[in-house]
Amino acid sequence: MTKNLRVKSSEYIDETNRISFKFNGKTYHGFKGDTLASALLANNVHLVGRSFKYHRPRGIMTSGSEEPNAIVQINPGTNRTEPNVRATEVEIYEGLEASSQNCWPSVEFDIGGINNFLSPFFPAGFYYKTFMWPASFWKKYEFFIRHSAGLGKSPTSRDPDIYDHRNIHCDVLVVGAGISGILAAKNAAKNNFKTLLVDEKNELGGSTIYENSEFNKINNKVPSEWLNKEIEELKDIKNLEIKTRTSVAAYHQYNYLLARENLTDHLEAKDKTNKIRQRLLKIRAKKVILATGALERPLIFNNNDRPGIMLSSAVKKYSEFYGVVCGSRNVFFTNNDSAYESALSLYNKGINVEAIIDIREHSGSKIVKKVKETGIKIYWSHSVVDTAGYKRLNSVSIMKLSNDGTSVTGGKISISCDCLGVAGGWTPAVHLYTQSGSKLKFDEEKKVFIPNQNTSEQISVGSCGGDFKIDEIIKNLNHKLKDTLNIEETDLDNIKVEIDQENSKRNIWLLPSDKPLGKTKPFVDYQNDATANDIKLALREGFRSIEHVKRYTTTGMGTDQGKLGNMHALGIIADTAGVKMGELGTTTFRPPYTPLTFGTIVGRNVGKFFDIFRRTPMNDWHVGNKAEFENVGQWKRAWYYPVNGETMHQAVQRESKAARESAGILDASTLGKIDIQGSDASEFLNRVYTNAWSKLAIGKCRYGLMLNEDGMVYDDGVTTRLGENHYLMTTTTGGAANVLSKLEDYLQTEWPELDVYLTSVTDHYATVSLCGPNSKKILKKIIPDLDLSDGNFPHMSFKEANIGNIQCRIMRISFTGEHSYEINVHAGYGKDLWEKCIEAGKEFNITPYGTETMHLLRAEKGFIIVGQDTDGTMTPIDLQMNWIVSKKKYDFIGKRSLYRSDTMKEDRKQLVGLLTDDPSIVLEEGAQIVSDLNQSPIEMLGHVTSSYFSPNLNKSIALAVVRGGKDMMGKKLFVPMENKNINVTVANPIFYDEKNERLNA
Amino acid sequence: MFLINCPYCGERDQQEFKAGGEAHIERPKQPTELSDDEWAEYLFMRKNIKGVQFERWNHTHGCRKWFNMVRDTSNDEIKAIYKMGEKPPTR
Repeated sequence: MTKNLRVKSSEYIDETNRISFKFNGKTYHGFKGDTLASALLANNVHLVGRSFKYHRPRGIMTSGSEEPNAIVQINPGTNRTEPNVRATEVEIYEGLEASSQNCWPSVEFDIGGINNFLSPFFPAGFYYKTFMWPASFWKKYEFFIRHSAGLGKSPTSRDPDIYDHRNIHCDVLVVGAGISGILAAKNAAKNNFKTLLVDEKNELGGSTIYENSEFNKINNKVPSEWLNKEIEELKDIKNLEIKTRTSVAAYHQYNYLLARENLTDHLEAKDKTNKIRQRLLKIRAKKVILATGALERPLIFNNNDRPGIMLSSAVKKYSEFYGVVCGSRNVFFTNNDSAYESALSLYNKGINVEAIIDIREHSGSKIVKKVKETGIKIYWSHSVVDTAGYKRLNSVSIMKLSNDGTSVTGGKISISCDCLGVAGGWTPAVHLYTQSGSKLKFDEEKKVFIPNQNTSEQISVGSCGGDFKIDEIIKNLNHKLKDTLNIEETDLDNIKVEIDQENSKRNIWLLPSDKPLGKTKPFVDYQNDATANDIKLALREGFRSIEHVKRYTTTGMGTDQGKLGNMHALGIIADTAGVKMGELGTTTFRPPYTPLTFGTIVGRNVGKFFDIFRRTPMNDWHVGNKAEFENVGQWKRAWYYPVNGETMHQAVQRESKAARESAGILDASTLGKIDIQGSDASEFLNRVYTNAWSKLAIGKCRYGLMLNEDGMVYDDGVTTRLGENHYLMTTTTGGAANVLSKLEDYLQTEWPELDVYLTSVTDHYATVSLCGPNSKKILKKIIPDLDLSDGNFPHMSFKEANIGNIQCRIMRISFTGEHSYEINVHAGYGKDLWEKCIEAGKEFNITPYGTETMHLLRAEKGFIIVGQDTDGTMTPIDLQMNWIVSKKKYDFIGKRSLYRSDTMKEDRKQLVGLLTDDPSIVLEEGAQIVSDLNQSPIEMLGHVTSSYFSPNLNKSIALAVVRGGKDMMGKKLFVPMENKNINVTVANPIFYDEKNERLNA
Repeated sequence: MFLINCPYCGERDQQEFKAGGEAHIERPKQPTELSDDEWAEYLFMRKNIKGVQFERWNHTHGCRKWFNMVRDTSNDEIKAIYKMGEKPPTR
């Protein structure tokens, strides 16, 4: 039987709009404007979850994003389910379902609750200490630990929602739309600053918007009334953009902030479709005004975690803002005046307040006098020593506090109650401030960390800056605004504030009980079940750094990041270790302030947009001809073209044979192409390649090898001299961008005197590679006018020609060892050219081949692939390519490194060929090579870099790097595999046509 | 995320740039004259300062120009930016 605890109509709750929702399978009703938390409380549901470690029943503690206990699973079992959501932040809508987490079978009866009785056996560091040995048992432990780890359940199906990113630039960003934020934004915008005001809630106004106390007046009005008018005026201000439901998650250097804007989470399922759910705002602000407010602190006492124990400010907000009372017999427990405001709020609505327990000796403020007049019993110098009630608080026990606050004396009084509002003072929300790199200092009087040294243009105003009273807030806000915006006057000059609040506070981090500490449960971190005992244990065990204590006890490591209890943890450490809070410092506040969904982080970069990819102009043909593709860098390259259900092996064998026997055709468009021009172009190539370039005739091509300054092979490719001062360089597909960057670097920084211009033209040209003994005949059919004789157009030369109206550049170069041509045309004609070649080649059985066959054919010739046969530790000498290293040139990139003692060692790994003694066995690429199987430990000489079954040689071939390999020709080695040893022989890496006769076939 | 004032383009977001290591390490004009140790000094040895450091940066997703930056690595404050070939500011 639920009863409705709605006490008054609130202007923020639309009682004409009744909403039904389900919690743990049961249907409840709330109103438009309710959060899940306020609606549950209105239905007298306090028990909403179980704690992480001890599975203790937990209720709603707060009314905001700092909530540690009431974290729920939203829409369980659906593809929109979301774990670990704070019930205090969920706006209810028709059809919302939510359930408790970390309990089985139900939140009412949770088997895991047994942990609570076993809790003496689960001290801080329990897992570290217990599951250490025997080491072999870890696999068994792991299963159970994983099973009990985590709170909610991740969705298992695809997220149906859309997410988005947006960049925002503004003059002034104001974070938090409480009284300070509103006034700051208003004055910034009025002074022509382009201003953005964001707040995580759906309503502006912060806590002042429900501040209806008669004791505080702004311009002779109740604060809420006055602020409402200010908010009304915001609508007409230009230059001001307001975003609600927008939570700043991170504040990085140079005023770069990330915020999550929630767009559809408060809507019914039918209204969510085809809309952006959440948007990540990437904000770059010239100035940032932090007005993030303050979080009320709890008090740390024995059994301070029962459902029904809440922050006093939350009790007030539920009553004033949502019109919900949290209990029928209320008690407050406080160390300052703010609990009296909450008590009066309830009293004025006719709700029973049983007592206020105040650890101070007295307070003389008007509000306390007013409470006294109401007849509410106040216990001065008393502390709560215990509470009772398993699933809901039913009483508190109080005792007199000793003068020094370290013990309790006298008789125990029990007060029956179902709600305890605790007020431990206020902690400025400095999380974002410190994320920006700015530094805090400890204010000994207020017992808070406040902003001290700013690293960027920013100010902290209102209670996040350490001002808690409205008059202080307005006064300090005014001069900070004038200072930071550089303005003479503001609206705030004319605001009159009357207040009656006292700052008097008695701060005791850990309140004593009549029982010894070890027998009590004073929770510091509610979500992770870390108690004051755990912290003290950590100190006894020798932990000193606050960062270490945090990790050992898990204090502050839950999804709430310890927003409530961190200050107490610091206080208890300081008290116990006898150091000052200011010296102790704080743990690091890291982004995000509140959890972000993965969807928000990735935005639209999902599926095919996850990473960009590039397709060649001939891509459609490859797709139409059922090619399989492989990723090469960002490119999608045709890998092989299976016909009639061939396997990859079968297709590659067929393609390889055809390319050597008649004709093959390859899409080589992805090769990097850099256009090099300028009067020093030849000199430039001399400096970047190992070989000489000055004497290369116009119209000729040359293969070049590029090193890093450390002498290691970096890239290779053929470069063609198109004119006196004009070259076209080709690079590897994957290396194109890096090669261009490297060349630009040298030109700009080391050799600015060279007259050289580099332009990437990779995407401008499509390249068709025709190869095989019939390639010449095919080209002749396409370009009948071109003289293809070896005399006119020899190997390693270049011609310009036209195919119809299409200009093309043709290089007679070969990566397969066959007679072949690379035809380059404007990318737009790529597919057309390809189809022409296929058509012309039909009578020669022209066979399209992909990258796999290309790799096989070049391996038969012993041509290296940079990045496959090299790994950044291979010099040209290691590759046995001494022929390409110019001895005459004074210098080129990497030359000096080839004469370092290390690169000159004889026993470096060198590239060799490998043949298996059984020619049918194909080695695995990456397999290790050894010479002595009986050694222990066995010495690894090197590894296989490329390995194929060659259909043209009808045997297996491999390239490998082997220590001292160049002197091992003919030597027998072994490739040990999991269940056999393969016998191999070191061979010449050129397996096919060693004399290069086929180039001119 | 830095806001970097490219000397050619103006203020741009850090994601347009790439850091290129320590600045003012000139490639020796006559490498062959150097001993292994001297060459190794140029090739491998880099400072890693906590504090004010001179660095090379490249506006890769912009004008593609290289320039120099003086940055305090302890708080990421950018103290100066100047073009390649220009004299570094004195502290």
